[in-house]
Amino acid sequence: MSSDSRSQRPAGPSLTPKGSSPGWELGPAPESTKVTIAPRHGLFIAGEFVQPRRGRWFSTINPATEEPLSEIAEAGEKDIDRAVEAARAAHGPWAKLAPKERARYLFRIARRIQERSRELAVLETLDGGKPIKESRDVDLPLVAAHFFYHAGWCDKLRYAVPTCDGRAPEPLGVCAQVIPWNFPLMMAAWKLAPALACGNTCVLKPAETTSLTALRLAEIFAEVGLPPGVVNIVTGGPETGRRLVEHPGVDKVAFTGSTEVGRRIAASCAGRGTRLTLELGGKGANIIFADAAIDQAVEGVVSAIWFNQGHVCCAGSRLLVEESVADEVRERLTHRLRSLRVGDPMDKNTDIGAINSKAQLAAITRCIDAGEREGAVKHEFSGPALPTRGFWCRPCFFTGVQPSHTIARDEIFGPVLAVMTFRTPEEAIVRANASPYGLSAGVWTDKGSKAFELARHLEAGVVWCNTFNRFDPAAPFGGFKESGFGREGGAAGLRSYLRLDGPPAIAAASGTRGPKLPPRGSAAKRTRGAR
Amino acid sequence: MSGPTRIPKTYKLFINGAFPRSESGRSLLIGDHRDEVVAHLCHASRKDLRDAVEAARGAASKWASMTAYNRGQILYRMAEMLDGRRAEFADAIEVAGRRHAEARPTRSRTKSARPAGISASTEVGAAVDRLVSFAGWCDKHAEILGRRAAVSGAYHVFSLPEPSGVTAIVAPDAPPLLGLVALLGAVLAAGNPAVCLASELNPIPAAILGEVVATSDVPAGVVNILTGRRDELLVHVSSHREIRAVSAADLDDAEIVQLRSGAAENLKRVHVAPRGSLEAWLNDETESALGRLEPFVEIKTIWHPSAV
Repeated sequence: MSSDSRSQRPAGPSLTPKGSSPGWELGPAPESTKVTIAPRHGLFIAGEFVQPRRGRWFSTINPATEEPLSEIAEAGEKDIDRAVEAARAAHGPWAKLAPKERARYLFRIARRIQERSRELAVLETLDGGKPIKESRDVDLPLVAAHFFYHAGWCDKLRYAVPTCDGRAPEPLGVCAQVIPWNFPLMMAAWKLAPALACGNTCVLKPAETTSLTALRLAEIFAEVGLPPGVVNIVTGGPETGRRLVEHPGVDKVAFTGSTEVGRRIAASCAGRGTRLTLELGGKGANIIFADAAIDQAVEGVVSAIWFNQGHVCCAGSRLLVEESVADEVRERLTHRLRSLRVGDPMDKNTDIGAINSKAQLAAITRCIDAGEREGAVKHEFSGPALPTRGFWCRPCFFTGVQPSHTIARDEIFGPVLAVMTFRTPEEAIVRANASPYGLSAGVWTDKGSKAFELARHLEAGVVWCNTFNRFDPAAPFGGFKESGFGREGGAAGLRSYLRLDGPPAIAAASGTRGPKLPPRGSAAKRTRGAR
Repeated sequence: MSGPTRIPKTYKLFINGAFPRSESGRSLLIGDHRDEVVAHLCHASRKDLRDAVEAARGAASKWASMTAYNRGQILYRMAEMLDGRRAEFADAIEVAGRRHAEARPTRSRTKSARPAGISASTEVGAAVDRLVSFAGWCDKHAEILGRRAAVSGAYHVFSLPEPSGVTAIVAPDAPPLLGLVALLGAVLAAGNPAVCLASELNPIPAAILGEVVATSDVPAGVVNILTGRRDELLVHVSSHREIRAVSAADLDDAEIVQLRSGAAENLKRVHVAPRGSLEAWLNDETESALGRLEPFVEIKTIWHPSAV
């Protein structure tokens, strides 16, 4: 088995040439593309940008400088009503549109994203803090690919999910979609592209700290003539998100974010006919066997935990190393840690950019402190001083970690790795699975049979063998256990946006959608009068 | 039915391959259409549920690791065993008209477990067919739900269905045998162990089903069957942290809300079959379809680089 030696989409930080001295300096290489940002951004409802009814706005800042970039509208109850109504009104015509016509819109969106790719990448980095290298080479290509891939599904849905009678499955209706700040545009694409391809209409809420690229995407929707109301974008904080997912007019809720919020959403959907998919937290185990190509495995660890500042739900935040190679892995990891470039996200050589927000930096810092307090040994990036303004975290890994330690159990969502050791494959499996999460896992071994046996036993929705943090629109992504349910990507992802087995178990509150249930107790009536 | 010379059977719970009585010592009185006592069944408690979940958890890996072919043979064996007891099941379906006296207050007291026009033997025959159908699914659903992803890069990427894990089954009151078997067959074919809550109106067929399971080479703990009251146990089913999925049928709105609210705590997968008539349960086209099995698998995507 060969390890991941060539890839067409570099997904991890670019690596210093092997053997180079960690002190090797590169001159600054700032991204030169300029983008214009309007001083204020309204809500995108029914095909146009509108003012929020309550007139409330919040500021979005560049986390690398703490400088404000723009004012964003805060959507209140009335705005959400408007957005859901617009999506409802647009649904019938959109669902009835010939599938190949729907496809044309999606293809056009994909093309327009490619054309405006650099502008969107720069905006993503400015607003979110991720290195331009990643937004340019990973996020944006995947965003365009996601629309392009799903565009092609529009007229092939009958092949996507098996139904009893071979008919094309039906859309669900209006989707409420709430996305996180770690891959703002990519998460928007993951939510919108499959929903639209299946004939649904959407109300999307981007994360509070990263609204700008979603609103730029709205411009693209308007540019390509997407019918008004098919996609609506409402901005705001957690309260806006809560109001949207609890809105009685939505048929489907899709959420990506923390497990804690996911639980609340699941509970709030309990009494409604709303379909739900959740893509939640993770504590991925990355397992290195002694027979692995250690160099490549260490590069995999780097992309598993230090990609996107570790703000990755599927990050390989636990490293399990076979005991006999633990020292070697630790040494190489130390070397790689020292050679990371931390700093200005707009510099093309930067590996680790700014932490997305002050609050997130505080959360990461609390976990690092807990790691030290509970007795683990911290190995920290010791490069040049970090900028004084902005939110920065030195990437680090911990050794001497016990499974009971906070850093081995909790999702940190930062560049912090917990390294542990194991002796047998069975022990590796048990330890990897000893988490309520089940989103991702990695296996590094040169032995094919071992890789596939591990992949079979690991309770994770995605298992990367001899690679890590690879994504593709055709590859389903999603969790086992408390990492959520439903998939995004591939044919499996389409199931999340299609009606598969008749009417919902509870009649919809508004009564305006979906086939009606048989009257209550009809089963009892029919079965009455036994012989 | 049982003449005076026959020995009436004592029906018990089925947990971890054994037939214990409820640890609570309680029993449920089952009456016939004339309100005459037919049997006293075990009235399972929360502790019985926990024991069953523990047994299922212990059996999960064994059942999932078995070859799909082997699982299929075991399900087929269950069908054979069920077929061999057609008369006993038909009698059990016929005899109990409704729960004696203390029927669930939220549900109709006079609701019968038997519809008009469909004989008990039809129901048993359909249950046999259903098991045979799901026996055949065991080694096929992966071919249909599994896919190869043509990713843009030098990787071999495929996604496969894997069992969700311990699954609770809340069987419909009617049909008492077919309802349970249809839900159970799907869950087992998907590779999951099951903890079943039998029909409350007529739990006798479910109690006998335990004997079928016990003689079909099903590993101990893979199928566990509880008889008891839904209004007591549903809340514990919904909140138990080791239960990963729930397959339920014939729930009223309040029960759905209770189940889904509790399930939110550990993000259980919950599938509630729309309420249907016995005629609907008899419809092979929908009832043995892949859609019954699909909610109880997780899609796992495996990536590997492709290179020399």
